[in-house]
Amino acid sequence: MRRNLVAGTDPGWNRRAFLKVSAAATGGLLVSLYLDRPALAQEATSAPTPKVYPPDAFVHIRPDGTIVIQVNRLEFGQGIHTALPMILADEMDAAWSRVVAELAPAGAVYADPVFGIQMVGQSSSITDSFTQYRELGARTRAMLVGAAAARWKIPEGECRTQSSVVHGPDGRSATYAELAEAAARIPVPEKIRLKSPGAFRLIGTKTRRLDSRPKCDGSLKFGLDLDVPGMKVAVVAHPPVFGARVKSFDDAAARALEGVRYVFEIPLARGTGVAVVADRFWPAKQGRDRLQIEWDLAGAERPDSTRLFAAYRDLARTTGNIAVARGDANAVHAIPETRRIVAEYEFPFLAHTPMEPLNTTIRFDGDRTEVWAGSQFQTSDQLAIAEVLGLKPVQVVFHTEMTGGGFGRRAVPDSHIQREAAAVAKRLPRGVPVKLIWTREDDVQGGYYRPMHVHRVEVGVGSDGMPAAWRHVVVGQSLVAGTPFASMLIKNGVDSTAVEGAADTHYAIPNFHLSAHHPVNSVPVLWFRSVGHTHNTFVIETLVDELATRAAMDPIAYRLKLLRPGAKRVRSTLTLLQERAGWRRSVPRGHAVGIACVQCFGTAVACAAEVSVEEKRPRIHRVTVALNCGLAVNPLTIESQFQGGVGFGVTQLMSKGAITLKDGRVEQRNFDGYSPPYMKDAPAAVDVHIVPSDDKPTGCGEPPVPVIAPAVVNALFRLTGKRYRTLPLMAL
Amino acid sequence: METYELIVNGRPMEVTTDPGTPLLWVLREELKMTGTKYGCGIAACGACTVHLGGIPTRSCVVPISLVGGRPVVTIEGIGRDPVGRVVQDAWVSHDVVQCGYCQSGQILTAVALLKAIPKPTDADVEQSMGGNLCRCATYVRIREAIKIASGQVK
Repeated sequence: MRRNLVAGTDPGWNRRAFLKVSAAATGGLLVSLYLDRPALAQEATSAPTPKVYPPDAFVHIRPDGTIVIQVNRLEFGQGIHTALPMILADEMDAAWSRVVAELAPAGAVYADPVFGIQMVGQSSSITDSFTQYRELGARTRAMLVGAAAARWKIPEGECRTQSSVVHGPDGRSATYAELAEAAARIPVPEKIRLKSPGAFRLIGTKTRRLDSRPKCDGSLKFGLDLDVPGMKVAVVAHPPVFGARVKSFDDAAARALEGVRYVFEIPLARGTGVAVVADRFWPAKQGRDRLQIEWDLAGAERPDSTRLFAAYRDLARTTGNIAVARGDANAVHAIPETRRIVAEYEFPFLAHTPMEPLNTTIRFDGDRTEVWAGSQFQTSDQLAIAEVLGLKPVQVVFHTEMTGGGFGRRAVPDSHIQREAAAVAKRLPRGVPVKLIWTREDDVQGGYYRPMHVHRVEVGVGSDGMPAAWRHVVVGQSLVAGTPFASMLIKNGVDSTAVEGAADTHYAIPNFHLSAHHPVNSVPVLWFRSVGHTHNTFVIETLVDELATRAAMDPIAYRLKLLRPGAKRVRSTLTLLQERAGWRRSVPRGHAVGIACVQCFGTAVACAAEVSVEEKRPRIHRVTVALNCGLAVNPLTIESQFQGGVGFGVTQLMSKGAITLKDGRVEQRNFDGYSPPYMKDAPAAVDVHIVPSDDKPTGCGEPPVPVIAPAVVNALFRLTGKRYRTLPLMAL
Repeated sequence: METYELIVNGRPMEVTTDPGTPLLWVLREELKMTGTKYGCGIAACGACTVHLGGIPTRSCVVPISLVGGRPVVTIEGIGRDPVGRVVQDAWVSHDVVQCGYCQSGQILTAVALLKAIPKPTDADVEQSMGGNLCRCATYVRIREAIKIASGQVK
């Protein structure tokens, strides 16, 4: 495997040059220019992912001119594996056609410069790594220019760079590959000058993804596709009720299957389970399904959606922990009842169900372990594995694998998948690799859902038709209570992820009171793409729409009037949406348009959805989106993210778009019972308009998600006269 | 355990496995062709779609014992088919993929559609592609790429 290929054991690596850049703010950025054999030997082997991980490297110029750029993030669809290399290559003036991107393994140097851990979350990859990757590119370029200037004995100022070549006076030139060895001996410049936006050659251009072809010809290896020599496959029987434990089990029928090698009980993050380890997936799954397990349910709670909703509704009638108290908390009650709206909303648990089922491959050698996984949280997953196996984190080599979606499901504070895989590996003979696979049933029934919520809002309308008072109670489990994120994200007993999109609303409401209850139950919950905005934006944008209707005002004009003066990005998107009037014209009879807007993790979005009713379901014909994400690094990816993100947001409107529990058991098992949007459910067309901007760029993975559901139900109101406050949407 | 002779992407192959093993897992684990994906195991998502005797088929629910002599074409082989190549190229040029995990199944289904109906209507596209789940919801670009490919199919 790869072990014999890593630096240090291969004499070829002795020639490499390795340079350190000290970057005060982030404590340890490293640029390295590697000089090694042409066409690395491991590329000819059939190793699962043919790449070597040079420690602490971001840029590697190969003798053949290929430039390998390490991406410090998981790629799972969002396009960061193309965008970060674009940023670096632009400042470096690298030839884009020669750029290759690789996903970096777990390593301190690859931590998010702001969060301090290696992660993908809050759509922060571009926000936090834009300057980091520009500086890496500029430093690398400066060293190459320095090498050329020294060779030609001219001032650096007489050199210019373009497309991986340094050009000097009198037609002299040298390629980056030719200069790399000399450049590696040049001290890394402390001070560098970044390009002015006008000089960008890649940033801001529609650039196709680097990973398209291998994703279209079947050659790209996702984590689930890895085949490590001698590998076994593990499928685990999980408790039928969260937290339950195995009392006893009979594995005779499982062991009788050809190919089943081991059956044993393992500890889980919640309760215990039984692992079946086989030569292949099919016998492992058949074996798991044939286990006779008696579960100890005595100590386990039996959460039940109906009962939880009833309890949540009661809680919503009481004030929770205060998130925001602006103006007079009781102002709403001073407004005559005829000018009050009281609205209760209910939202179910949602499962992320990324297309690639959850999996981790691991080999435990006793004094070290090697792991291959798609993780949004490499740092904490590495720590968790080390803890289970009694190792130091440095003894855990953690490879980041290309991943088939995640939407938050692979950002797991308790690292339960990695712990489960490590617990299996620990029981196997040393050196036997094993791939843990969660079946789709394990995934749908396995918890870590977007929490269910109840919201209760009382709005008092002023004589001008604008909301004078807004009293809002949010009820839902905390995502971070009991995790390492609690101290950072819970303030005054309020989990900020539960109120984001409401606490920081861009609307100017003089008397605004927002509080939250975080009931505790045994259902594991997790952030779901756009997190608190999934429910808060729905509530606010449907209520604001109702207010606009009451005031007999155009929904965009009403929102513009209600915006805080400082809400510049949202204003710019509503204005652009208004200008792109195509969506207003020729709306066919029986169709209606609904509006919604949001600012989510810095990026503002305004959305118009043209909808009709077909077979008692919303049919979404056309969505027009205007967005402001600051500088648009890759407008092609942004367009795709917005087209896909609004489609993803339809999840919560699906008639089978709810996870429900009855007496402790999850009622859905697979895509037959929990059904995300298929082609006919998603918008048939999505037009994306980007507000031109040179502002600091912000992310585009999550911001498209929250607007579509409220925009669709706002359109439905115009067709049916009904307001929809309970999701999922049942027959219209 | 039984031994089966298969024709996969035009090549004869032999596997020895349990008769109940789905074609999906034979492709992935015995033949090491991992382009065909596991998504649900109940024919509800289409990630495992292959052409079986020319018909787009959910390989996760077809036991190996029922494959018989019907030729199997997977994502690894579809590029050698002229329509297959056009569809793959349209997918790449139109930047369809995001996570990409479902796209083998999307492409195999789209190729079958264009072979049956070279100039499909929107309704044809929805009907044929309707069972292929894409959690990234790349549907808009899939629709557009099928139109592009349709214009290039000879």
